[in-house]
Amino acid sequence: MFKKDITPGAKTKVKSSAQRGIRTKILDTYPLLTPYIEDILPKKEQLDLIKLPDRVSLYTLGTTPLFFQHMDDALMPHLALVHRYPGCFARLRIDRGAIRFVLSGATLMTPGLTSAGGRLPGDPEDAEGRYGREDLEPGTVVVIEAEGKENACMVGVLKAGTAEMKKVKKGQACEAGHYLGDGLWALNLG
Amino acid sequence: MATETYPRKVTYCGVCTLPPEYCEFGGTTKKCEEWLEQNHPDMHAKLYSQETIEQNLSALSLEAQKRAEKDSQKKAAKAVAAEARAQEQRASSKILIKRIERNKRKYVTAVQGLEAFGLDIKKVAKDFGKKFATGSSVTKIPGGGEEITVQGDLSDDIYDYVVETYKDIPEDNVECIEDKKKKAAG
Ligand SMILES: [Zn+2]
Repeated sequence: MFKKDITPGAKTKVKSSAQRGIRTKILDTYPLLTPYIEDILPKKEQLDLIKLPDRVSLYTLGTTPLFFQHMDDALMPHLALVHRYPGCFARLRIDRGAIRFVLSGATLMTPGLTSAGGRLPGDPEDAEGRYGREDLEPGTVVVIEAEGKENACMVGVLKAGTAEMKKVKKGQACEAGHYLGDGLWALNLG
Repeated sequence: MATETYPRKVTYCGVCTLPPEYCEFGGTTKKCEEWLEQNHPDMHAKLYSQETIEQNLSALSLEAQKRAEKDSQKKAAKAVAAEARAQEQRASSKILIKRIERNKRKYVTAVQGLEAFGLDIKKVAKDFGKKFATGSSVTKIPGGGEEITVQGDLSDDIYDYVVETYKDIPEDNVECIEDKKKKAAG
């Protein structure tokens, strides 16, 4: 979505009623954020909306980017937010070999997740359940972590369900919504 | 995981802006490493240890290693070329400080060309306003690009300020000119 550098458009204040609506929507989509929502989006502080190219809206609090949204699609977390609250999102892991492709904006392919270094929900090697136990449906917003790395490198929407991926082991897995170093990451909000 | 408290504090690389564990995939790896060593030696020791490097290598097949190596060389070459281009551009770019007469003895000062030196025009305009306690705004130039318009005849002050504040802009690349509505007699 942000392969090229982007020039931000106008910044507007979100009305308090709309801000309440967004807060509700965030918690509906990411219920695990509930204990932290007052830190992330305090009731009394002003949420701003910055228009980005291709009908993407970016919600920011001061200079901190929080969520972005294409038209009326799901609200997706900015990676800076994911890095602060990683466990509050559905996570998958790619193997080391796939990292450089993801960082160049390529669509994530299933083998990067099904190989030995990758993780899908219910992986027997994932004893603590970091990558979940239940399979995920296509269309789910997922955070992509990487083998040997602490921090996530991408946020995207699943093109195939994870159960299907385990069976087929090929094809497109996840479209690059936002990845480390992309135009959204590079956006200067100062 | 239950022991992890949120929000986590994350360090980002001062060179490439990514979490330092991802610096190895960018084109500025060497500079990134130097930065980390200076600013976060503990993190540097961990990320650039022999053990980590070997672990990273063992995660890839020999063939994949070769491809990754080639890829990172290409990226590094690109980054070097981009840096060279930026430097060349800086060397050949000029900042123009123009004194413009609006009415009799009323002047504004226009400043152009700052963006070629990687400066954020909006921010600089704000700084001008604060520094000189005057109106300062960003306006579009007809031929494309933007300039800063400052109220008052401040050419010399702005010249001094720019040269002093932005040390990496050579003085030779800053020029004051006068934009007269009518040609001077004679
Ligand atoms: Zn770096």
